[in-house]
Amino acid sequence: MLARRIIPCLDVRDGKVVKGVQFRNHEIIGDIVPLAKKYAEAGADELVFYDITASSDGRVVDKSWVSRIAEVIDIPFCVAGGIKSENDAKEILMMGADKISINSPALRDPDLITRLADVFGQQCIVVGVDSFYNKDTDEYQVYQFTGDEKRTQQTGWNTFDWIEKVVSLGAGEIVLNCMNQDGVRQGYDIEQLKQARAKCSVPLIASGGAGTIEHFSDVYQQADVDGALAASVFHKGIIPIKDLKTYLKEQNIEVRPC
Amino acid sequence: MTKVMTSAKNVIVDTGCANLYSVKFAIERLGFEVTITDDVTIIQQAEKVIFPGVGSAKHAMKNIKAKNLVTVLQGLTQPVLGFCLGMQLMTESSTEGNSDDNASNIVPCLNLIPTNVEPLKAQGNRLPHMGWNTLTQVSNHPVFKGISEGDYFYFVHSFAAPVSEYTIASCEYGSTFSAAIAKDNFIGCQFHPERSSALGSKIIKNFLELDSTELNQELVNL
Repeated sequence: MLARRIIPCLDVRDGKVVKGVQFRNHEIIGDIVPLAKKYAEAGADELVFYDITASSDGRVVDKSWVSRIAEVIDIPFCVAGGIKSENDAKEILMMGADKISINSPALRDPDLITRLADVFGQQCIVVGVDSFYNKDTDEYQVYQFTGDEKRTQQTGWNTFDWIEKVVSLGAGEIVLNCMNQDGVRQGYDIEQLKQARAKCSVPLIASGGAGTIEHFSDVYQQADVDGALAASVFHKGIIPIKDLKTYLKEQNIEVRPC
Repeated sequence: MTKVMTSAKNVIVDTGCANLYSVKFAIERLGFEVTITDDVTIIQQAEKVIFPGVGSAKHAMKNIKAKNLVTVLQGLTQPVLGFCLGMQLMTESSTEGNSDDNASNIVPCLNLIPTNVEPLKAQGNRLPHMGWNTLTQVSNHPVFKGISEGDYFYFVHSFAAPVSEYTIASCEYGSTFSAAIAKDNFIGCQFHPERSSALGSKIIKNFLELDSTELNQELVNL
């Protein structure tokens, strides 16, 4: 049976892994390559690397770390941040990444999704969606440029409409970052993910809010997501992947043994 | 000084697809040397040939034709291992387009293993079939030495070869399909051994250490 995926997420800034709270106040966690290797050996099913400065700075970013990761790990990994064109995507994939994830550039130029899927195949095109729940209007809204708090801005898109749109354009997977939950470890946004699941015919990855082992079983069982992404609980050693998988297996959730 | 490569024991065929380096790194992690090439002579003289691929069959066949590699690949007699799209290209043809599309596009492939690639019959399961899945049956093919039913491998695809007499391992996702196929010296895996952790590495190692006479032994059909 297809296993539910556990996906540590490593935010990268200037070649270092960093972590912020609600996308802000980043602190350095460590070097990329040893951390990538550590997670692969610990039983992670996949890794995501977000170059969090790239999209919002508009500068050319050194991506040589991508091939250094590809050299050492034997599980799939995805690179996000600053991929704005077919050439950017080709460069990252040629360096050994299995997938690329686009976010702000897809909002600016939705057809980019289709062009990328045509050239590289739908399977390696992930669309990241940063979604904020506005309590006042009771609406889920898509945000862009979330890597830089000074430039973070609301778009005109409703989260679920945008998900439907990107799937129809050829996205092979959706990562839904629930911004209200990011870094605060209070649990995934089950309600939002359930609604997203209903609109999403391709694999859906939950992101934002993991704090305890039970949060993972909740999101798989209640929101039927294909994978769950988390950062701080893994970086800070709060949840060892082995313990997490043992627990999920006990809950009859299909996981790949470590 | 430029070193001109004239021969290599293990080669990865440069199909112009994107995952060449992840395959190369996986082989090098095992301590083997490997060369990425589209040079006809180097490919023909290699002891082992690896044939990777991601993306669409149409796009990849176009690249292979442009590089004049069709007859070269068809004429290989040493062991050849295809990964994912590389496996699919070993078949007679691939049907691109989705399952409810009557005007689907048939892409002729290399016709090395007599089976056809079709849209995966996922029966309502989400596509692409993406992630770690278990093998449901495993034959005694030498490349699968040490691999058992229930072992997890990393799959990413929406098309698959049905189960046939050439199936050497199977997987289930809505329906049962070929996780690996083989005929004579041609072997293909639908999953990605280069991204399937220790068990994937075992398959690559089995292949690189394979004595080609082992391929003549009789297989127990699934």
